[in-house]
Amino acid sequence: MIGSDAFWIVLTGALVAVASGLLGSFLLLRRMALIGDAISHAVLPGIVLAFLFSGNLHSLPTVLGAAAVGLLSTIGIEALHRRGGLPGDASMGLVFTFLFAVGVIGVSSLGGNADLDQECVLYGELAFIGFEERLLGMPTSTTILLANLLLVLGVLGVGYRGLFLTTFDAGYAAAIGISTAFWHYLLMGLVSVTTVVSFEAVGAILVVAFLIGPAAIGHLLTDKLPWLLTWAAVSGVFASLGGYALAALLDANVAGAMTAVLGFEFLLAFLFGPYGWSTWRRRRPQTGLEKLRPLGAPVKP
Amino acid sequence: MPQWLHLDDPNLWLVLAGTVLVGAASALVGVFAFLRRRALVGDAVAHSVLPGIALAFVVGQSRSLAVLLPGAFISGLLALWSIDAIARNSRIKPDAATGLVLSVFFGTGILLMTWIQRSQGAAQAGLDRFLFGQAAGILPTDLYLFAAVAAFLAVCIAIALKEFRLLSFDPEFARAIGMPFRSLEGLLAVLTVLAVVIGVQTVGVVLMAALLITPAAAARFWTDRLGTMLLLAAGIAAMGSMAGSMVSYAVPRQPTGPWIIVALSALALASMAFAPRRGWLAQRIRLAAYRRKIARENVLKAFWHAAEEQRPEVASVPGAGHPTSPVLSEAQLLERRAFVPRSLRRSMRKLARQGLLQAVQAQPDAVSAAGWQATPEGLRAGARLARIHRLWELYLTEKLRIAPDHVHDDAEAIEHLITPELEAELEAVLDHPERDPHGSAIPRPNGTGSRGKDRTEKPINPKAG
Repeated sequence: MIGSDAFWIVLTGALVAVASGLLGSFLLLRRMALIGDAISHAVLPGIVLAFLFSGNLHSLPTVLGAAAVGLLSTIGIEALHRRGGLPGDASMGLVFTFLFAVGVIGVSSLGGNADLDQECVLYGELAFIGFEERLLGMPTSTTILLANLLLVLGVLGVGYRGLFLTTFDAGYAAAIGISTAFWHYLLMGLVSVTTVVSFEAVGAILVVAFLIGPAAIGHLLTDKLPWLLTWAAVSGVFASLGGYALAALLDANVAGAMTAVLGFEFLLAFLFGPYGWSTWRRRRPQTGLEKLRPLGAPVKP
Repeated sequence: MPQWLHLDDPNLWLVLAGTVLVGAASALVGVFAFLRRRALVGDAVAHSVLPGIALAFVVGQSRSLAVLLPGAFISGLLALWSIDAIARNSRIKPDAATGLVLSVFFGTGILLMTWIQRSQGAAQAGLDRFLFGQAAGILPTDLYLFAAVAAFLAVCIAIALKEFRLLSFDPEFARAIGMPFRSLEGLLAVLTVLAVVIGVQTVGVVLMAALLITPAAAARFWTDRLGTMLLLAAGIAAMGSMAGSMVSYAVPRQPTGPWIIVALSALALASMAFAPRRGWLAQRIRLAAYRRKIARENVLKAFWHAAEEQRPEVASVPGAGHPTSPVLSEAQLLERRAFVPRSLRRSMRKLARQGLLQAVQAQPDAVSAAGWQATPEGLRAGARLARIHRLWELYLTEKLRIAPDHVHDDAEAIEHLITPELEAELEAVLDHPERDPHGSAIPRPNGTGSRGKDRTEKPINPKAG
């Protein structure tokens, strides 16, 4: 029988992992995995402001305010790229490091605030989730993350067709009158909100692992979007369970342990998955050139 | 000298020298990461050194850099290798592989470091500085190490500059001429990891990416030459590092690394905005000047069209001499073409100053109203535009087989760009034509009407297009 603390930790971790895993699947398919990385760093100044004004991230306006900074960062990256003439990857690196630096300066300046310190920024603190004030019978962070997951599921459920089409065939989607920009910014907005509400649990950096990891695992296991989403969610839940066990064993940070387990799951999928290392070379389209005999090579009998 | 700036404080000099060395060294390597569009690979390496540092601490039981840095180095290289292996051997794309390896290595590093912290107590405090950087703690011995690494990087880059240049700008060519492509990539990777390993102590793992990329991005706006760009990037990095160190030294409780990054970002943004030629402002100015030139040329063209309409016999009959410009009022010009009134007035003032247009007073006999008239020179300029426009339309219909009713917009844009050399070539290719696909005469280079037969003699074949 696991204690109630353990239960809340695993549940909260799973809520983070499933919500980010679902969103990450779309990011991965849209070749935007690193945008998730950038957003998760860029929300830090927003989070610092939220703490400055209300001391926590437990109200809707603070969450939305902090998430808005993440959304703005994607617009900034776009602007540096298109107007400033920087390559896309460099403009991403420039914007998110700048915002993160501003955030760290903010954290240092806040100083005395016990709820927001540098460690929290890097890896959050899941271990004490059980001590949080209750909201609707659950620790506050857990309730908020559950609400976030429901929001993500709701949007994905209602907008599945739009997201599907704009992801796989943006040209066709645009031709039949679906706004690619709308779905793009909706996805960016959801990623920003999820990053912000996951912040206290896993910090600003490890959330990247949950955005990309489960999606990458699913990507190695299936070709179908519904199954990709399912595998992403399942591997996220397992990472939460396994991560808790590992962290309890070593008496170490839970979020870090979950990430390590995700890495291990990915390794398994990479080694044995149907689209992983073992089969990739065989699947690659044959050009016919492989069969050509080099000039002067002896003809095999 | 301000009160707070104790220039005799040796600690300040240590921090300044350390951050400048680290910044300049990272900037040199970062230039290649920037040019090769691998900006975020440095980010991945920086996050990935963490587990190596933690394991080296466990194995070596020491916080000295001599023990920790080899661990960091190995784990950084391992991360680069993993990214490459994943992207090569599965359907996962390089960007996703980068993000995955980065976060998994970092998470594992956090796991190990918190484990060390709880099992071994306060000794871990020395490892913390790799997370956020701690420039204030630079020791004189560290400084020697930084200097040695920076010198090594600079020498390597100087020796292999030619190869790296090719690798950055034309990797396919480098491969084709048999350059040891993989080895060079490997060398660059090793140099990157080295720069990261010494850099993470001053700015921390997350901001290391900026130390690599931001100076290079800033330098790119000032020059097109690789050598200059390397020196500039190093100089910009040194400036940013000094500024950041000063701020954190002067203001209590302010971290050095983030302030260095803020200073560097400001320098990059300023370069992007104000650099000559490539900067945003310079480009806007150039674009505006170009737009005004087009607007002026369109005014001259409108005068030529009016002259053609007024006296078609002069415009199209051989030897009839120069047509003269009609007098057009502003309202008449606006009727001919949808000019923006304010920009039209500006164009005409400038054209008048250039002697291509002249104001005409209302005649006392009240036959002609007041307005503007193109000078012979202005009319010739207008004729040239009409000429290029029609030559281009003909070229598109004859050589590219585009329908005659589809070529106008294209010609409207190209007429402002064609040089006299291209104009001559176009005419030669088309064999000195007389008429465009719509039957209008093509003015001769000297601005007189075409030598042409008129349009009844040479009917236009509608199938020609």
